[in-house]
This record gives sequence, structure tokens and C-alpha cells, in this order.
Amino acid sequence: MNAIEELFSLPEYSIDNSKKRKLLLMELNELTRFHYSNCQPYKNILNNLRVTTENAFDNIEDVPYLPVRLFKTQKIQSIPDSEVLKVLTSSGTTNQQVSHIALNRETSLLQVKALASIITSYIGNKRLPMIIIDTDATIKNKSSMSARGAGLVGLSNFGRNHFFALDENMDLKVDEFINYIDKNKNEPMLIFGFTFMVWQYLYKKLKDSGIKANLSSTILIHSGGWKKLLDQAVSNDKFKSELFEQLGIKKIYNFYGMVEQVGSIFMECEEGYLHTPNFAEVLIRDYITWKTLPTGETGIIQTLSILAKSYPGHSLLTEDLGTIVGIDNCKCGRKGTYFTVNGRVPKAELRGCSDTHAETVLNSVR
Amino acid sequence: MNNLEKLKKAFSDALEIPTETINDELAYGSESWDSVAHLALVASIETEFDIMLASDDVIDMSSFLKAKEILQKYEVKF
Repeated sequence: MNAIEELFSLPEYSIDNSKKRKLLLMELNELTRFHYSNCQPYKNILNNLRVTTENAFDNIEDVPYLPVRLFKTQKIQSIPDSEVLKVLTSSGTTNQQVSHIALNRETSLLQVKALASIITSYIGNKRLPMIIIDTDATIKNKSSMSARGAGLVGLSNFGRNHFFALDENMDLKVDEFINYIDKNKNEPMLIFGFTFMVWQYLYKKLKDSGIKANLSSTILIHSGGWKKLLDQAVSNDKFKSELFEQLGIKKIYNFYGMVEQVGSIFMECEEGYLHTPNFAEVLIRDYITWKTLPTGETGIIQTLSILAKSYPGHSLLTEDLGTIVGIDNCKCGRKGTYFTVNGRVPKAELRGCSDTHAETVLNSVR
Repeated sequence: MNNLEKLKKAFSDALEIPTETINDELAYGSESWDSVAHLALVASIETEFDIMLASDDVIDMSSFLKAKEILQKYEVKF
């Protein structure tokens, strides 16, 4: 059994960190070599950074990382166009540039499998009646799927009798929503949506209309970032308590993830921390020295994932700040690194980093 | 219709392809079988055989051949 098979065969969140790091390192070394040989821009970057892939890296900290914004400026893939199964694009909220992630069949299947391993460990293997807080128009464009669409479709595998709760104007279909929860009131349901949309188009609409429900066995999973809600002073705690108040939902899980590493998501646990799954890891880096920071210190989040076979996205420097809370010892019982996300890297610091690492990288592919 | 014909019909309806083009080699990623069509395919199979697939089976069902294997777990014989 190779490293990737072993990581997938073990129960999710069950591997001691030292063993997991060894398995991840084997695969990350393999991926670095593969992308170096098959992706010219990646090769240029590593050459310019004076990184050699002749010898395997000894630690996952040594695996070179690309700034996530690189995928917004360049088409970077390690497979010929003829092998591209689909291209994922991000919406690019803060600027107009859009990420472009090319997937082949292998990467796509790995992503689906990884997501399944994570999600079923939370909700079980039985597919639940599912409410999607979005419009079905989001998944209609097949050739180029937005990150939002890909997220919806990916999660939909864990539900059945899918109900898209919003119309094309993002208005909640109130009557149909009430009918749906009434029809399924005797079993747990799965609700999925993007954090801001769940708040704005579901919660607020129900509150304004004075509609309450008691969905005590229902599971709500949401993602997409907190920026818009923090602008409205809505914290994760407030989000949970208000949704409990309105809909009686007790099991509410946020996850942190990005279109550049689909499938490799970091789910929130019952203690409110984000957990690394078997096939991924996070490191926190100081944005002056680029050294990895110890538990408890805040810096830039680097994400490592062994799913990226078709593009060199196995080691990425995000633009988010985070803090590792602990490793293998969360009270929820899950093993692995657990952490919090503390917002975006301020623009000034980002410019600071681009002076060094990001700029070197970007220049080497221009 | 026997079970093989029913399964081909489920694939044909969901992927919008003629039944004659469906064989064991048909796999996820080929023809019109993408992630969105996969959802329709699962619903189509469940309706055709009146069963409910578990999440891991939905994920594993990556070819026509694999679908036949998985359905045997639900006492659908081919």
C-alpha cells in the first residue's frame, strides 16, 4: 500500500501526527517531483527559488509553497489540455482576477473521495434529505464550474431529494421551504449553504417573517468565509446561537477550504476548532521571516494537501491569518492539527510578503 | 425489462445518451457524465430500482461496471 492509499484507508482523524507527517511527506515529495517535471511554470519558480528536487525533503516544512494568488494570474497545470476533465474558477471577491484550476479525472475522483471521508465522519453514511441555500442556476453552467457550484455539487452527494431553497433573485421560497421541512420532520436533514447566504437569505428572511422551526436533529454545514458577516458584527458564536434560536439547529459546522484545494477541507468540531483531515496539514508562517511558527502564535496559513495531481497546488500559502491551537489532543476526540482562522492578511503585510517570496515567484513565471 | 435493461435506462435518462452506447467501460468523466449528471444518475437509479444508496456507494460508483457491482449489495441481480 502506498502512502496515499494508507491515508485513505485509515479512519478519518485517527492518525497520530508523527505518522501522518511521514505519510504526507512521502506523497508531497512525489508530487513536488512530478509537478517539477510536468509543469514548466512550476519548474521555473523552483529554479528561481534555488530549490532542487533531486533529494527528497526531510520535513513537510521544507516543501516549497506557492502563493495562492499565483493561480489567479497564470494558467498552471501539469497535464495536457486533452486530459482536463473540468476547470474550476473562483469568483474573485476582492479583485477581478479569477483562479483557474484544471482537474483531471484522477484529481477529481480523489477530491470527491476525500470530501466523502470527511463529511461522512460527521453525518454518517446515510444520505439525508437536503436543503441547499442557493439557486439551482449555480450548477447549470457545466463547462466552467464556479467554486460555489463545485462546492454545492460536491456536498450534494451526501443528500437526497435536493431542494434548492432560493430563487434566481436569492429570495427564499418560503412556502416550499416550510413544506419541505414539514414533510421531512421525522428525520434528520442536511442543510448546506455559503455562510453569508445562510445568514442573509435564510436566517434573516425567517426572522423577518417570524417563522420558527425545531430542527433539532438537522445538521447545518456552511463555508465561504466570514468577511461579510464580520462587517455586520456577526461572529461564529452569534451565527450559531441565532440559527439555534430560529430553527432549533444544534449541529452547525463551518469549514475552511478553497477552490485551489477542493476536497481538502478543514471542518469545525464541536469545540469550535478547524481540524486537518488525514490527507492534509496546515503550517503557520511568520510573514517577515517565513519560518514556521509554534502552536499558539498567529501567522499566515500554509495548506498542504496530497490531492493535487493535475496542478501544483499541493503546498499553498494562503492570504489568511491563522493560529494552531494544538495537535492530536482536541477535546472533541479527533486527531490531527486543529486551528482557528483569524481573518485576512492585511494588505500592507501582503505587499510586504510580495517583496520577497510572492514577487520572486510571480516574476519567475512572467 | 430485466435489471440490466433497467440500469441502462437509468444511465440513458440521466446522462442523456442512447442505451446502445452504454457498456461496462462507460466511466465518470466520459460522455456527459460529470459531477452534476452524477447526482441525476443516482436519483435515476434509485427511482428505477426503488432503493436508497449510501454515501460511500454514491462516491464509489465511477463506472457502469462499478454500478452493477454496487447494486448487487442492494439485492439487484444481473
